[in-house]
Amino acid sequence: MRALTGPALGALGFVLLWQLAVLLRVADPILLPPPAEAFAETWRGFADGTLAHDTWRTVQRTGLAFLIASAIGVPLGVALGAQEKLYRGVEFVVDFFRSTPASALFPLFLILFGPGEGTKVAVAAFGAALVILFNAAYGVINARRTRVLAARIMGASGPRILVDVLIWEALPQILVGMRSGISLALVIVVVAEMFIGSTDGLGHRVINAQMLFESGLMYGVIFVAGALGYALNLLFILLEKRFVHWSGR
Amino acid sequence: MSLTPRETAITIRGLRKAFGGQPVYSGFDLDVRRGDILAIFGPNGCGKSTLINMAAGLLPRDGGEILYDGREVSEIRVGYVFQNYREALFPWRRAAENIRYPMRRMGLPAAQVEQRLQGLAERFRVRFDLNRYPYELSGGQQQLVSIMRALAVEPEVLFLDEPFSALDFETTLSLRDLLQRVLKELGITTILVSHDLEESIILADRLLMLTRRPTTVADDVPIDLPWPRQAEALASPGFVALKARCLDVFQKAVAA
Ligand SMILES: Nc1ncnc2c1ncn2[C@@H]1O[C@H](COP(=O)(O)OP(=O)(O)O)[C@@H](O)[C@H]1O
Ligand SMILES: [Mg+2]
Repeated sequence: MRALTGPALGALGFVLLWQLAVLLRVADPILLPPPAEAFAETWRGFADGTLAHDTWRTVQRTGLAFLIASAIGVPLGVALGAQEKLYRGVEFVVDFFRSTPASALFPLFLILFGPGEGTKVAVAAFGAALVILFNAAYGVINARRTRVLAARIMGASGPRILVDVLIWEALPQILVGMRSGISLALVIVVVAEMFIGSTDGLGHRVINAQMLFESGLMYGVIFVAGALGYALNLLFILLEKRFVHWSGR
Repeated sequence: MSLTPRETAITIRGLRKAFGGQPVYSGFDLDVRRGDILAIFGPNGCGKSTLINMAAGLLPRDGGEILYDGREVSEIRVGYVFQNYREALFPWRRAAENIRYPMRRMGLPAAQVEQRLQGLAERFRVRFDLNRYPYELSGGQQQLVSIMRALAVEPEVLFLDEPFSALDFETTLSLRDLLQRVLKELGITTILVSHDLEESIILADRLLMLTRRPTTVADDVPIDLPWPRQAEALASPGFVALKARCLDVFQKAVAA
């Protein structure tokens, strides 16, 4: 209960500030509707099912992109990390594309995957995969040397050391990579939904609301997107606590 | 010290090792008698860890040979206890699973694995729960688990690299007692690296004192104090005389 008091007070303060800004007419009421109106319109969006559908579509795309990214990034990162020389060779390429704004890749991916679902998921998967790969590789590279030696002296072969030691040593970092990866995938999916011919998804919905001057709904969608990102982050933090019980102890 | 080949468990001849052109060993010889506990004592950075890491096959050597009754280290079973138990145990496995690990790698049948685990727990009078994770145990308990893990394969040679240096004095005393009793019961040939002179004397059949780099033997001291050596042995005249001799050698070797 105590843990929730702080965030609840913070949220309440934010809403009060918003209401105050409305009362003081800081901005045109069309641009800044009162919080109650934003909530009412968001509620209606959920009640008639459209906003729920958009949220679900965004979750689907993000989830799919994340699964693809993990399926590629984790094994590849672990394999590269285990061959440090090889990783040093490709490190520049990984770092380069990791630093490239994913949005700059949209045109390229549009050519490769066409204007449908493929491009949105592929760009998000690409961006997330690089983050996951990078973290997995570093997790393996930074594995405690003593543990590797201990496994070796106990008769573990190379592949056994990978499975019994290196992957476990890298697990905390792999989960950190996955957490960053899914956040990045969400960002890319929402942007893609805005600009790459979409008929649904939170990105599509928020830009539509803006163009139709449904500003109450627009704020609502922004909050839903925010809540989604927050929830995903929280989910991974809980997973880290659960699966990496030894970390930091 | 001259040993017949039958008595010799470890033979080191002409060992050479350098780091970045700086020699640590340039032609180092050593014979270790079967069943002996050999303590190696020397100034920091003189190459004690380097020596047992090469002997254990964890570090390649530049030249010379290290043979175990004529065999390479890869052909025998060895146990190794690292100084830093926190970084040597697998924290994602429970203590008992850590001890089972090397036995599984050896391919022992499950029943025998359990039997040996039981046996070790009794020998070391373990009173804490081995089904805990290492980080739930005290430092002394963790290092005891490391020692049990190293002994689980019934090694022909056991290496210990400053095993007690991260523990408090009381824990160190009780672990020393346990360790010497078990090693003497099992008759395992042991090389113990220590930076504690008292510990080196109290635990060893023979104490090798090393000089600074390039490393040579400053003194080779047989320790014929009677076993078992409890804490009281630290006050016995024999011990005191040995310690005085070793301190003298050490000071000369370090000053040289
Ligand atoms: N991997 C390495 N690379 C370079 N120098 C090393 C390496 N390992 C050890 N040394 C050097 O070799 C010497 C002996 O090290 P070590 O065997 O760890 O000493 P100690 O007697 O304290 O255990 C030290 O001077 C150390 O700096
Ligand atoms: Mg050392």
